[in-house]
Amino acid sequence: MSSGRTVVGHNVRKVEGVKLVTGGPAFTDDIQLPGLLYGKILPSPYAHARIKRIDTRKAKALPGVHAVLTYKNVPRVPHTTAGQAWPEPSPYDTYLLDSKVRFVGDRVAAVAAESRAIAEKALRLIEVEYDVLPAVLDMEQAMAPGAAVIHDEPDSKGIYDASRNIAGYILRGIGDVDQGFRDSDRIFEREYRTQRQQHCPLEPHITISWLDGDGRLVIRTSTQVPYHSRRQVAMILQIPVSRIHVIKPRMGGGFGGKQEMLLEDICGALALAARRPVKIEYTREEEFYMARTRHPQILRMKMGVKRDGTILASQLTVVATTGAYGSHSTTVQGNTGSKVLPLYRAEHMRFECHVVYTNTPVAGAFRGYGCPQGFFAQETLVDEIANDLGIDPVEFHRQNVIRLGDTDRLSAQLGEGKEGLPRIVRSCGLPECLDRAAAAIGWTGKRQALPAAGHLKRGVGMACTMQGSGIAGIDWASAFLKMNEDGSFFLQTGAADVGGGADTVLSQIAAETLGVSLDKIVITSGDTDTTPFDVGAYASSTTIISGGAVKKAAEKVREQVLRMAAKMLDTPVENLTCGDNRVSAVGKSATMTEIALHSMYKEKTQIMDGASHFNTDSPPPFCATFAEVEVDTETGKVRVLHMATAVDPGTAINPAQAEGQVEGAVAQGLGYALTEELVLDGAGRPLNPNFLDYKIFGAKDMPKLTTILVETDEPLGPYGAKSISEVPINGPAPAIANAIFHAIGVRFRKLPIRPEDVLRALREKETVADDQCV
Amino acid sequence: MKAMEVRLNVNGEAKQWTIAPGDLLLDVLRREGYFGVKRGCEAGECGACTVLLDGKPINSCLMFAAQAEGADVLTIEGVAHGSTLHPLQEAFLDHGAVQCGFCTPAMILNAKALLDRKPHPSEEEVREALAGTYCRCTGFRKPVEAVLAAAGAKR
Ligand code: FES
Ligand code: FES
Repeated sequence: MSSGRTVVGHNVRKVEGVKLVTGGPAFTDDIQLPGLLYGKILPSPYAHARIKRIDTRKAKALPGVHAVLTYKNVPRVPHTTAGQAWPEPSPYDTYLLDSKVRFVGDRVAAVAAESRAIAEKALRLIEVEYDVLPAVLDMEQAMAPGAAVIHDEPDSKGIYDASRNIAGYILRGIGDVDQGFRDSDRIFEREYRTQRQQHCPLEPHITISWLDGDGRLVIRTSTQVPYHSRRQVAMILQIPVSRIHVIKPRMGGGFGGKQEMLLEDICGALALAARRPVKIEYTREEEFYMARTRHPQILRMKMGVKRDGTILASQLTVVATTGAYGSHSTTVQGNTGSKVLPLYRAEHMRFECHVVYTNTPVAGAFRGYGCPQGFFAQETLVDEIANDLGIDPVEFHRQNVIRLGDTDRLSAQLGEGKEGLPRIVRSCGLPECLDRAAAAIGWTGKRQALPAAGHLKRGVGMACTMQGSGIAGIDWASAFLKMNEDGSFFLQTGAADVGGGADTVLSQIAAETLGVSLDKIVITSGDTDTTPFDVGAYASSTTIISGGAVKKAAEKVREQVLRMAAKMLDTPVENLTCGDNRVSAVGKSATMTEIALHSMYKEKTQIMDGASHFNTDSPPPFCATFAEVEVDTETGKVRVLHMATAVDPGTAINPAQAEGQVEGAVAQGLGYALTEELVLDGAGRPLNPNFLDYKIFGAKDMPKLTTILVETDEPLGPYGAKSISEVPINGPAPAIANAIFHAIGVRFRKLPIRPEDVLRALREKETVADDQCV
Repeated sequence: MKAMEVRLNVNGEAKQWTIAPGDLLLDVLRREGYFGVKRGCEAGECGACTVLLDGKPINSCLMFAAQAEGADVLTIEGVAHGSTLHPLQEAFLDHGAVQCGFCTPAMILNAKALLDRKPHPSEEEVREALAGTYCRCTGFRKPVEAVLAAAGAKR
């Protein structure tokens, strides 16, 4: 859909690409600093304990140790680590260091030393005496009377009910669900359970901090939220924002795990204490349980339908655990309702959720942000309903899904921590997504195929999902552009490229708007000293919100370029156009270089401008996910043969990159469906914090992938773009569970679906069948 | 710890470095500025630290630098010829096979070892060669396509 466009809609190479394929310095750790110290955190060995006594004298006395921090020598400021816009809707229940530890891996102390070995030795020399408290590990037990209270400190703020371990509570609805259920011919209700998944960015969290020549605190860090981190560190360390400089180099993956101020505070505190540069990098093991995870949930989903398949009412009741701290607690869970239920046009909806504390690793933002859990429940239930009513699931979806021009009223009820705004569907490619993904998987033929003899059973299943594009009324971004003598432009944006290619997409938008080739745009992003504000990379906001700011700024700069050219060419502005690195009128033109030189040295004027941008709506991207599986009834192994994913991202600014987003999301969704779970033992200790025991999909494990972009033109997005990075992660789990049902006639309502679960279920089915024969 | 000397070739250049006997090859290479060698797990599980040792891919996090005595080490920094990219590097860029780029050096080195040995591999063989390198971003379709395309281009 490049319709006369020369840069937008084209598969240009990634900016910075050459540096990445040649191994040039790009990431946080790709720097050598004289005098660098190694920072290390002492993790709690207990899920819940009070520190009775802590003695750091031996650690401090160890040669090569330059700083040792405990709760005794740092400021105590309640805060949240969630990288969200101020004022954050997450409770302020976290402290730089505390006298109480609330999960295995919680911070007890931190050291900075001349080598990693010395730092590790220093940690061993810290003497800690714990008063071990009863731990709450099971989210269903957390609210029960008599459960240990995890946040009994008086100074935390914004906790819904600390005495019952409830971090947040949500109750919202539209219409009258009870009436809806009364009017229904059939009611279906099921319970679903989802697990603790870890982001596993290939680059674990890493931060390097030092004092610059002016004594300002520099924080070089792998973060999705440079500006939020700056504000939060300033508050926690009690230094002015102006004394902090956050630099985000390239990020080696984030997936939401880096929408978090995670190491920046403690690393900065160590650098201030040691007066030397300090680096803290998580080991892979630490990344698994000391970073963040997806929120585990128990979901009870109820739907009422007419005999013809029309959904009248849907109700979702959720208990979720946020782990020991409430980072992103109500916002992730709010999404489980607000972005999931409105996929259908039901008149009556109700969503209720308790988000509880447990003494487990902290949950946070993770690609999909509450939607993978909700869609697993909803799309598995919908498949069950369709099958039960004898309606083809694709047909059932066509009949019930939200359409162009519809208003999603539930979103108005469920905003980011407050009342939201109604969502209007102004672009919708979902019907085409359904058609094309169904065709790619061979739906009709395979649905009707007779079951195979033998132990290898095949099946196909599907799911529809949606997401948002930025947080309506909250996410905003700004961008600045200035012109150079050679006709190139510096583009400065606070946006944070997580790895998905935001820098490239934003450069494409600038180039297209200015009528120049991509090599004329030099982008700087995610540096709080040199780029203007941006909330950061989350909520699928970068293309639409940061891109919107870039487009506005580029339009203003284009105006200036045209006015300058009008003077040079003695032609009215209306007769001029930008394109091909020049400004042209009939019979004459000036190159961008000529215009820049004229402006700078004749007119003494710097061509430059900036703009800010936000949206009052969050246009949904849509997705249809189809899976074909083969189940081995002897081993219980589920082999996914083919995933066909069709997404409506609005305009794909860079189609190849957009496809890459889909495929990466599908890979993570496959792990969510079948293999990934961080397992804790009875004492809250992680049992599998490594890649051998926590299995993510590798090159040989991946099925055939078909990726289809169904482009639409979104009025609220730059060049019609919405978003793409999150929505495709929602579909694989339900589509696979539905395909497994098609293959072997067994429903799975708990993730991940492991071979042992499949075998057990098959045995139970046989037993039931045998019993019935008797 | 006692210091010792190690002599090796890195990307065609003779090097002599002072190391401690327990230093990992990964740490020494990064310390010497070969930032393309990545740390992803330090346990031989993710492959991000891959280098070619006498043409064969190894995890540099599992090897002491001292063990590389006399070896030819190729890191991603030595794959291009000056400013001319290797066909694999070109293909990775053209096929959108680079997302965050953290696994990219390891993918390209593993692919290079394969193509050097087997210029026209099957898709199976490409996937086998990339199996030791985890990538959390791409889902592997584009990297596999890029390797196959580079193999085709080299024909
Ligand atoms: S860092 Fe060597 S295999 Fe992961
Ligand atoms: S591109 Fe990010 S890990 Fe592969």
